[in-house]
Order: sequence, then structure tokens, then C-alpha cells
Amino acid sequence: MKPDDKLEQELEDKIDELVTRKGVTRRDFMKFCGLMAATLGLEASFIPRIAQAVATAPRPPIVWLQFAECTGCTEALLRTADPFIDDLLLETVSSEYHETIMAASGDHATACLDNAVSKYAGQFLCFVEGAIPTANGGTYGMIGGKTMLQVAQEVLPKAKKVICIGTCACYGGLPAAAGGLTGAKGVKDATGISTVNLPGCPPNAVNIAALIVNYLLNNQVPSLDRFGRPSFAYGEKVHNKCPRRGTSWCLRGFGCKGPNANHNCPSVKYNGGTSWCVQADAPCKNCTTPGFWDISAPFFDYSGNY
Amino acid sequence: MPKKDNPGNPNNPPTDPTPEPTPEPTPTPAPSSGNIIIDPVTRIEGHLRVETAVSGGKVSNAWSTSPLFRGIEPILKNRDPRDAWMLTQRLCGVCTYVHGITSIRSVEDAVGVAIPDKARVIRNLLMGAQWIHDHIVHFYQLHLLDWVDITSALNADPTQAASVDKQIYSGRNRTAAYFSGVKQRLQTFVGSGQLGPFANGYWGHAAYILSPEENLVMMANYLEALRIQINAAHMHAILAGKNPHPHGLIVGGVPLNKDLTSARISEFASASNAARDFVTTCYLPDATWLAARYSDYATIGGSENLMSFGEFPLGGAEPDSLYFPRGAIFNRQTGSVQPVDTSQISEHVTHSWYSGSALHPAEGQTVPNYTGINTSNKYSWIKAPRYQGQPMEVGPLARVMVNYGKGHQATVQTVNAFLQKAGLSLAGMYSTIGRTASRAIETKIIADAMGSWISQLTPSMQTSEMPFRSTFTMPDAGAGVALNEAPRGALGHWLNFSGGKIVNYQMVVPSTWNFGPRDSANVPGPVEQALIDTPVADQARPLEVLRVVHSFDPCIACAVHVFDPRNNQGVEVKAI
Repeated sequence: MKPDDKLEQELEDKIDELVTRKGVTRRDFMKFCGLMAATLGLEASFIPRIAQAVATAPRPPIVWLQFAECTGCTEALLRTADPFIDDLLLETVSSEYHETIMAASGDHATACLDNAVSKYAGQFLCFVEGAIPTANGGTYGMIGGKTMLQVAQEVLPKAKKVICIGTCACYGGLPAAAGGLTGAKGVKDATGISTVNLPGCPPNAVNIAALIVNYLLNNQVPSLDRFGRPSFAYGEKVHNKCPRRGTSWCLRGFGCKGPNANHNCPSVKYNGGTSWCVQADAPCKNCTTPGFWDISAPFFDYSGNY
Repeated sequence: MPKKDNPGNPNNPPTDPTPEPTPEPTPTPAPSSGNIIIDPVTRIEGHLRVETAVSGGKVSNAWSTSPLFRGIEPILKNRDPRDAWMLTQRLCGVCTYVHGITSIRSVEDAVGVAIPDKARVIRNLLMGAQWIHDHIVHFYQLHLLDWVDITSALNADPTQAASVDKQIYSGRNRTAAYFSGVKQRLQTFVGSGQLGPFANGYWGHAAYILSPEENLVMMANYLEALRIQINAAHMHAILAGKNPHPHGLIVGGVPLNKDLTSARISEFASASNAARDFVTTCYLPDATWLAARYSDYATIGGSENLMSFGEFPLGGAEPDSLYFPRGAIFNRQTGSVQPVDTSQISEHVTHSWYSGSALHPAEGQTVPNYTGINTSNKYSWIKAPRYQGQPMEVGPLARVMVNYGKGHQATVQTVNAFLQKAGLSLAGMYSTIGRTASRAIETKIIADAMGSWISQLTPSMQTSEMPFRSTFTMPDAGAGVALNEAPRGALGHWLNFSGGKIVNYQMVVPSTWNFGPRDSANVPGPVEQALIDTPVADQARPLEVLRVVHSFDPCIACAVHVFDPRNNQGVEVKAI
């Protein structure tokens, strides 16, 4: 057996083990890899490399911090239908700290965070969900006796990369909308640390998965636009790919913001490709743009069709 | 090791004049006495801190603190009332949908529009799917590890586990090979040395009493539940675009039209049936089994008063047409369900970080007032709502007991069957395990009812009209209220608007009722009361405290939002 054949056999065995453990078929797994390739804008020739990365990569340590948030972003990941995406958090990566799912509480939980940050300094990926309150010394948000701002300032500089999940972590989101009192800001504005931003309310789990896969594949950040968003998911206007564009079912007359919104909703959809806002006759709210809670309001065109 | 007493305000140096809290009058420190602080409480929605004083191996006092304030209500001001639901829905991404629909219903109340019957059916299905999702995830992902020791499961014999599995529910036919696979999957965590989310649990604690095989069976269903909960989210996506935060809602009905085909209805039915089958064969039997095995928790963690606003309108008239009725129970008198009069609701801020209080309503402070955690004074961002001056527990236990007290047939049957199997009496429902079981019981009832609701769905006619929505003329000014039951309990939205813009918006939500602090009369909130007398075997690992706290299914992002900068007093919620 040639060395290449041996490596290939090892990969085949790993994939077999993976699909057996999950109780799915090999075809499901390759379909997932295909979805990831498509989402990342890669050619089909990348699919075997994605399969290799997912099946064989050492589990990268992940710390997931939650600040001024609603947990919808975490739920977006947990509620997705693909059998490989929800497992990303449990098995493909090593989730060292995530308050929603971790067994440990209180001091035992804080110890998990401290251990991960020191043990994996410079190596862990830090996901952040929620905005950071900065007014009144940051006291509108506290965890374990520290302000969320303090936690961010202590943990984030030690991460290999900071990834903001959802519009709140990226740009402040709802708590930063007009009328807000807590000085809530996105992570970059609050800490000065550069971030990869996956906005959305919530963001699409497929894009979160694709970002992790991209990391497993290349160990680097994908190309970003001026709002820090990966081009693979935010490079195109919703309206341009919308199946209702140019039809009598187009929701522009109902206040749809699709022509201004950058997101791959029409092609990826949500909940395992089941649907998305426009498909349910709900106009796009452009939830991936900084300040959308103020910019996009009113969310419907109440003067006409509503 | 547990921290002793108060961590103080991190923004204040040690010399800060902020008074230290008065220490609780605990006896001479002993191994079984002192204060335990759990911060953060994990496996919940949002951020929560719980402090307990322990004396003689039991909790003698407790304080519930929310350390996060997002301030959503002031953000709602000056917006179009018809837009509000989009924002309120973001109170919570776990119990998504519920704050959206309640906001919409409060606007519908204000403008006086009745929704089409077809929209009512769709909304009931969305709410039902939300309960099913929430409750399954709570039991398995958020609560189960309080009762099940994953490290013990690794010692299980798969053949015996298959036999235990069948004892728990006779219709299960899972093999030794299946349990061997589960065991191996769990082993990969321990074997890799990267325990991930299972690191640092209270494993090996003496209060974990299940056999290795029982633990393995429960962990198998932990993993199965991760899969099945996706079905419930899938149901939301079919009828409302996506989940979390479905957008297929609108004042006057639902916008859904083109996509509601007969194929989609079948897709919904099959997701609903899969969820129902899981509830029947796994969730309710597992909850019943735990109740029997941990029957000591049928006398731990109860509270005195329960309230339900009722849910699932089966017709236009409320509360008469509600499938789950409205009612209140005082002092555990299940047979004496009282009507609910919302004018009797008030909120206290004496122990919350807001200026003003029920005692000093006109002090005119216009900003929230964080003063650090001081359990003898102010210690939470949550307010303390009271009904007729009493703390009220809301949520699954309240609903099930109100249903039971009013003779709701499906509830009486399911509760009686549960009590018989678990070997408990009705009085045992007022407890930690009764609360946890109630969640499973009502999930079963709703999952069963969903079938007949689905049969009322009809495909849209594929015309450009909006068949599921009533039209109306939006008045310039108005006021409205909506009362709903979120998965975690009674939820009320009150709004008024003028000049087409929101003037005031108030929400009293389930976790505000359950996790609020003491009121102006220094009476503890329901969770604080429920924790009293909870045994604590090992203060460094307060597993028993977590059991009681988690049984309430904390959803803290929902609980903290109430604030009016111009009128920040002990807010009297106005019944309209």
C-alpha cells in the first residue's frame, strides 16, 4: 500500500467512524460537506478536503461568552436541522465554556473559563453573543461579580480570534437601539479588538458552521467586508437572489428591505433549508446591518398594503 | 470553594463608602453553615446569581439576583405600536415567539380587531410548538444533569441498560448495542481529556442516586432530545419563516399565504407527530421515573400560590374559550381556583436597582440606580410583582394545578396517571419534582391536542389577498393589554400610544414573577421561598440548590427589562 493510499484509508475509516457514531449515512455526511463548500463559495473539488478537515481535525477549543443577549444566537445553532451542525459545538470543537449548555455552575463554571483561557491562550476561538453594556462603569451587566466589559477585556485579548455571533455582539443590536440606556456596544466598539462579524437576528447556523469549517480548513479568517462580515455569507443583496423578485409576490410594496440587505438567506434559508422570512410572506428587516432596529423601522409599509 | 457573602461592587474600591451588607444572623460558622453564592447559574437563559444562607445543612434564606439590565422598554417608546412585536420578541431567543405574539395581541386589543379563525389556529400551533420545544430542551439539556451523573453512565452495562429502558417505558425496544454506542459516544469526551460542556460538573456527588444503567438511559435521551427538539423549531419555520425569532406574524392575523400548501401542512403534521411520539415514549416516562426515584424532592422546593393567565383560545371569547383556563390558587388550595383580576397586580422595587419604591412613589428619580449587591437592601434588576399583595408562582406547575382544580379532563387524567406511577399524592405536586413533572405532563397534553388543531389547517387559496388577516384602521391613540401563557408562565403586555407612537409599554413576564426579589414588605419571591429548607450536603457543590432553581426554568433576559425613565417608581400596572 502506498503512503497516499494509507492516508486515504485512514480518512475513510475516520469518516466511517463518524457517520456510524452519529447514526447517519455517508451520503448525509458528504451532503453536509457539499453544503459547506457551497456556502463558502468553494468548488466541488474542495468537498473531500472539507470532509478530511471535519473528520480528522483535532478539536479546537472554543469559549463562548454571553453578554447583553437573548440566547437566540445559541439557539439558532442548537435548533438547526443538519445532524452535523449541532454537533459542532459538542464534538467537532471542544466547548470549554458556554453557559447555556455547560454542566458546571457558579465557581466551578468560572474555573472552566479561567482554565481554558490560560491553558489555550492564543489558541482558542472566542465566540461572543450579545452586546457589552458600557454606561455606568459597565454595571448594567455582571457575571460572577465582574462587569461584562471586564470579562471581555480579560478574555478576548488572549483569544486566537474573536468571532461575534449576531447583530448585538457585532454592532450593539437591540440594547443599543435608540432609547437605550445602558451604553450597549458591539465588541469592537467596546473593546477596540478586531472581530469577525456574523450579524443577523439570529445569524444563520449554516454560516456559523461554515466559518468553523473554514477555520478547520485554512486556519485563517475569510475575506471580510467593511462591516467585518465574511463575504461568503454577506456578499450579495437579499433581493438579488430572492425567488420572488420580479413576480407578483414580491414584498417590496409591503416594506421589504431585501434590496438593501446583505445576507445569503434566499439560498441557505433557515432550520435546515425549511424557509425564511420572505417565504413566510414576512418582509425582510435587513437584520445584518448596523443600526437596523432604527434604520429599518417601520418594519412594514403601513401606508399601503398593510 | 464557595465565596463567602458579598463580592461587592467591582467599580468601587475597598474604601468606597457603600455600606457592606448586614451579615445574616447565622450561628457560629460550621461546616454545614454559611452563605453559598452561585454566580453564574448556568444551563438557563440569561444571567442569574443565587445566594443562599445555609444553617444546619439546610437552606435558611435565599436571594435571587439578575445581574443584567438591557432596558428594552425605553427603546420601545416613540415607535409605531405595530412594530413593537419585532423588538419584544427579542426579549428572549429561547422562548422566542411568545413576546412577539403577546405584543401583537395587545395592539389588537387596543384597536379592537378580531383575527380570522384560521389565524387563531396557526397561532395556537406556533405556541404549542414553542411549548413542546422549550420543555423538551429544558428537561434534557438544562435540567437533567442535576439528576443524572454522566460519569456514572460510563460504568453502565449496556444489556442491563436496555432492560431498564423497557422498565421506564414498555414500548421502548432499544438494544444493548444501541446503549453500547451511546456509552462509547460519551466515552469519547472523557477519553479525549476534553470534557467540553461536561467539565467540572458536580459528578460523584452523593445526591446523585441513579444506577449507572439509569444514568446511561437518561443520557441516551439527552442526545436524542438534541435531535427531536429540532422538529419543534422546524414547525415554526414552516408556519413563520424561521426559528428562533419567527417573523410570520402581523397585527390582525398572520401574513402567511403563498407557502401554506397541503404539502407544507403534511410536513408540519409529521414534525408534530414525531415530537408527540418522543413526548409519549421518552419525555413523560423519563420525568415520571425521575419523580419516583427522587421522591424526596416531592417535599422540597414548593411555593404557596400559583397563577395562570390561560392559553390556547379555541374561539373568539377570552378567557372563556381558553383550552388551558385562567385562574389563581392560594395556599396550595387546588380545589379552590380563584378568578384573576389584573387590576390586582403591582410591582415593587424596594429591593431592585431602581430609584423610587412602592413606599415612595413620587421621589422623581429618573435613572436606574445600581448600588451593588446588598442582600439586606437592593440586589437585583428584577422587580417584584405581586398579585393581591402575594408572591405568585407561574409556569407549568401553576397551569397544571389550575387546570386540575377546574376539572380540565386531559389534565386530571394525565396527572392522576403520573401520581399513581410515581407513587406520589396530589400534595406532592407542590414541589421541585412536581414542577418538573408538570412540564412533561402539559407537554403531553398539548402535543396530543396539536393533532386536532392541525386538522383545522387548510391550504391557502394562492391569491394575492391575505386570507389569514383582518384589516383595520389604526387609531391615533389607544391602550391595550394581552395576557398569554409563555412556556415559563403568565405573561402580560400593557401598552398605550398616542400620535401613532408608543407612550408607555410594560411587560410583566414569568421569570419576573418567579425570580423577583423581596417586596416592600420584605416578603421573598417564589424561588426565594421555594429554596428554604432545601438540604445541602456539600456547600462547595450545592447540587440540591441547582435542582430547585432549575425546576423553575429561569429565563432571565425576559425578566429584566421593565423601566420607564420618566416614571421610574414602584410601577402600578394599570388594568385597562
